[in-house]
Amino acid sequence: MPEPARSRLARAFVARPGRGQLVVAVLLASLGFAAALQIRLTNTDGDFSGQRRQDLVALLDSLSSATDRTESRIDELEEARDKLLTSSQRRQAALEQGRSELDVLAILSGTVAATGPGITVTVTDPDGSVLAASMLNGIEELRDAGAEAIEVNDQVRVVASTSFTEVADQIVVDDVTLLPPYVIDAIGSPQTLSEAMVFPGGFSDEVEELGGAVGVEQLDVVRVDSLHEVEEPEYSQPTDR
Amino acid sequence: MIAVVGLLLGILAGLLLEPAVPEPLQPYLPIAVVAALDAVFGGLRAFLDGIFDDKVFVVSFVSNVLIAALIVYLGDQLGVGGQLSTGVIVVLGIRIFSNVAAIRRHLFHA
Repeated sequence: MPEPARSRLARAFVARPGRGQLVVAVLLASLGFAAALQIRLTNTDGDFSGQRRQDLVALLDSLSSATDRTESRIDELEEARDKLLTSSQRRQAALEQGRSELDVLAILSGTVAATGPGITVTVTDPDGSVLAASMLNGIEELRDAGAEAIEVNDQVRVVASTSFTEVADQIVVDDVTLLPPYVIDAIGSPQTLSEAMVFPGGFSDEVEELGGAVGVEQLDVVRVDSLHEVEEPEYSQPTDR
Repeated sequence: MIAVVGLLLGILAGLLLEPAVPEPLQPYLPIAVVAALDAVFGGLRAFLDGIFDDKVFVVSFVSNVLIAALIVYLGDQLGVGGQLSTGVIVVLGIRIFSNVAAIRRHLFHA
């Protein structure tokens, strides 16, 4: 019997709706209603209001463990950053220390021009009798009083290796022949330096005995512009500190 | 005829009215829909078998929906709601498939 099912369906479609069909229609309407509602709910439900408590708890767990992982990662990264920061700060500090040491050494060795408060000593010598020994005494007095940079006649920087000699009754400092009047620029405490020049029996008395005169001028800014050329040590080598 | 019209009317109403589903009922709606689908396919099969009875259809439709919702509710109370609703969906799906297979045999003899 091939036809009965189909023909019954076709007949039901065209038949006058009875009570049974009406009931089915109502139920199908409720089904369609609920299905449409659910589909819309599923599509629009971005939040978690429709979820089960269990699922939410599992979701929360995975989220919190992800948070933990991320936080520990953050900690690691921050630690690494701090490490890098401290190392770069240490390097910076070492660099600054090195630079200031460089400044100190450069001024001491006379390879850079220096400026600061100090005095200018003018030695006039009409008789030509102030010689290297007296000059060296004056320089020594200045050094004793804490002079940090000294130059003579704006020509010669006085450093550790500077020599004072005489050639034909003229003062020769580091192969430079000086002509009077001798002008010594020294950077240091102006008060202390000038006292070191004029104390009784000191440099000024010595020069005056020889027939010369010493003028001391305290200045807020003294420029020591002449430079000393440092040569590579030929024989000495630094030992381990 | 009127049954199909009713289905379409219901879908239209659901789409157009956009009523809010009460919060506590939300987990049961999908299960109820699947259970109702099972009842509808069962009814169609019975109709094609020539043994359709509207009273039986109404009872099976309502009881299907209620029992499915009840099972899921029970599962939620017991803490196995997710698994139970999966189980219900699987069972209903199998029934829907077998019903559709019977309907197909009736309509297409295949």
